Amino acid sequence: MKNTLAIALAAATGLTASAAVAEDIKIGVFLGFTGPIESIVANMAPGAEMAIKEVNDSGKLLGGATVEAVRADTTCIDSAVATAAAERLITADGVKAIVGGDCSGVTTAALQNVAKPNGVVMISPSATSPALSTIEDDGLFFRTAPSDARQGVIVADILKENDISTVAITYTNNDYGKGLADAIATNFTEQGGTVTINAPHEDGKGDYTAEVGALAAAGGELLVVAGYVDQGGRGIVQASIDTGAFDRFYFPDGMVGPSLVANHGADLDGSLGANPGTDSPGAATYSEMATAAGFESGPFSPESYDSAALIMLAMQAAGSAESADLKDKVMEVANAPGEKIFPGELAKALDIIAAGGDVDYVGASAVELIGPGESAGNYRQVTYEGGQEVVVGYR
Amino acid sequence: MDFLNAIVLFSNFVIVPGLAYGSQLALGALGVTLVYGILRFSNFAHGEIMSFGAMIAILVMWAFQGAGISIAPLPTVLLALPFAIVATVFIVLGVDRVVFRYYRVKRSPPLILLIASTGVMFLFNGVIRFVIGPTDQRVDDGARFILRVRDFREATGLSEGLAIKTSQVISLGAAVLCVAGLFWFLNKTRTGKSMRAYSDNEDLALLSGVNPDRVVMFAWILAGSLAVVAGTLYGLDKIYKPFTYLQLLLPIFAAAIVGGVGNPVGAIVGGFVIAFSEVTLTYAYKKFLGYLLPSDWAPEGLAQLLGTDYKFAVSFMILVVVLLVRPTGIFAGRTL
Repeated sequence: MKNTLAIALAAATGLTASAAVAEDIKIGVFLGFTGPIESIVANMAPGAEMAIKEVNDSGKLLGGATVEAVRADTTCIDSAVATAAAERLITADGVKAIVGGDCSGVTTAALQNVAKPNGVVMISPSATSPALSTIEDDGLFFRTAPSDARQGVIVADILKENDISTVAITYTNNDYGKGLADAIATNFTEQGGTVTINAPHEDGKGDYTAEVGALAAAGGELLVVAGYVDQGGRGIVQASIDTGAFDRFYFPDGMVGPSLVANHGADLDGSLGANPGTDSPGAATYSEMATAAGFESGPFSPESYDSAALIMLAMQAAGSAESADLKDKVMEVANAPGEKIFPGELAKALDIIAAGGDVDYVGASAVELIGPGESAGNYRQVTYEGGQEVVVGYR
Repeated sequence: MDFLNAIVLFSNFVIVPGLAYGSQLALGALGVTLVYGILRFSNFAHGEIMSFGAMIAILVMWAFQGAGISIAPLPTVLLALPFAIVATVFIVLGVDRVVFRYYRVKRSPPLILLIASTGVMFLFNGVIRFVIGPTDQRVDDGARFILRVRDFREATGLSEGLAIKTSQVISLGAAVLCVAGLFWFLNKTRTGKSMRAYSDNEDLALLSGVNPDRVVMFAWILAGSLAVVAGTLYGLDKIYKPFTYLQLLLPIFAAAIVGGVGNPVGAIVGGFVIAFSEVTLTYAYKKFLGYLLPSDWAPEGLAQLLGTDYKFAVSFMILVVVLLVRPTGIFAGRTL
């Protein structure tokens, strides 16, 4: 009884509010258009914007409001620039919510310095640092990417299944790299493996021979490169191959990207990797939609679509475009109970919510938000054969 | 066998990369030293001139690649080098005309020229960002390796491998050629001799009828050409990242000062001293010592003196020590 009353109330407020806000709603697309993961972002931003377009075409959000995407650059590495960009999005452009940021360091900075004080919701498709699970966020921060604490377990499992007992680890010297490397080292050691060295590398250098020399001195059957595919990570892999220091690698999420195979080709044969991804029907549908829209579904691209979709469904559920209202609805639309929603079905979801029903958004990346509002984590395990990336399974 | 393995390991990670890096630094330091010897100021724009030259070389290389012209197995960028040198020399002469000449005619103190060169550095930096963008460009095509690790292991049966990249051999070869050419020019030609005279004693040289404009022009031509060669080789050997050349400025100046500013021999020696100090101080000797020492003496840790992040700190330390102990450098500098 109480439940139906609440739904009726929500629907009623939704109706009244929709009449008031049938206007332009701006959503920030806050990703690293320049910087160390720019090749990955090239497929992330169109994902988020595709969800926005889908909602606009349906004309069903809050009684016909249109949504406009406003892009801003996080640079992935420069927290000062990212903070200024987030400031601009919120104060000058007046965005109601933000899809992003992408890398953990800049996301943390933008959240604490700008989004939290201004009470704006951020849903990140790709910030994976474990530190973001426990951050003070006033309930404003969510992510459709899993925490690296989970990735650490996955990496240790994959290495063990491939009978690897000693590894060297190198990580990009920032929040993301350090968090991930520590998670991998802890889990791998618990499973009885040996980490010979866990050393940072700086991005943006021309030459990584010295770093690789130190890694080679420590030795290991395989090198775990917790870096960025368009930055130091590539330099490390290139120098390792050139000097013959390592010929097998493990690539976590920041490294599995289209430019990896393009740069190193068959030299990667026998290497392993995994990045967030799923074999749920949503992923396939999304991939087709992406191709039709003129881009490719790459790493974190489905998560970007889902982040944008969640924001808009939560707006519909809250009956308001304001972050203060929609922040309490994100978990509700993302999880069961309710009708399962796949990519391309946003119009249907908006209808159900408007009619007072409940949705369980599954989306392109099998969204299931746990704990403080982060994805439970589905990973796509790959290996490299004959200069190609081959998917071996999902976990 | 262990001894051979140790030698091969050391060659692969220290000697071969050190020689290539040293050649690149030496070429850069030669340019700095030439400008200092003739124009008497530290040219902070030198790093960006290297980057600019390499950029032109890459643009010309793309044109060649587009037209299907190549000199395989050598990298195409070598073919583009002469064009880049000509273009860069023209630009550098133009900059001298509009910026440096003004201060030279006014006989401004070297500090003013140094600050002007910093301005030129930012200008070049902006132009490069504009033309080619801040992203990395791969320069190496053709046969990347002369000796591959796998082939070396199979041929020798050793457990350690040695890799020699084409770009490393080209770096060393180009450095030898440039240095030989430069010394021939300075010692045998009339212009070279007048440059040395001008550098030694400006007033006396002017009295003897040396044309100062000609000397300055040749100094820029030589410094510009060396910068293009050094910049392109660095990009070929590592990767062309426009902004790493700014970081290269410190080791290059360290090399010039350690050898003795204004002294070409010093610049070459300084280049190799800096390169090998950086590499040997940051190398982890664990495996190397493991081969050489009895097994129970082998070190537990990495046996690394300094973390690799301190690479640039090494050149800075050497710079400070040299300035304190022997400010003139290894070969007392100031004249060509």
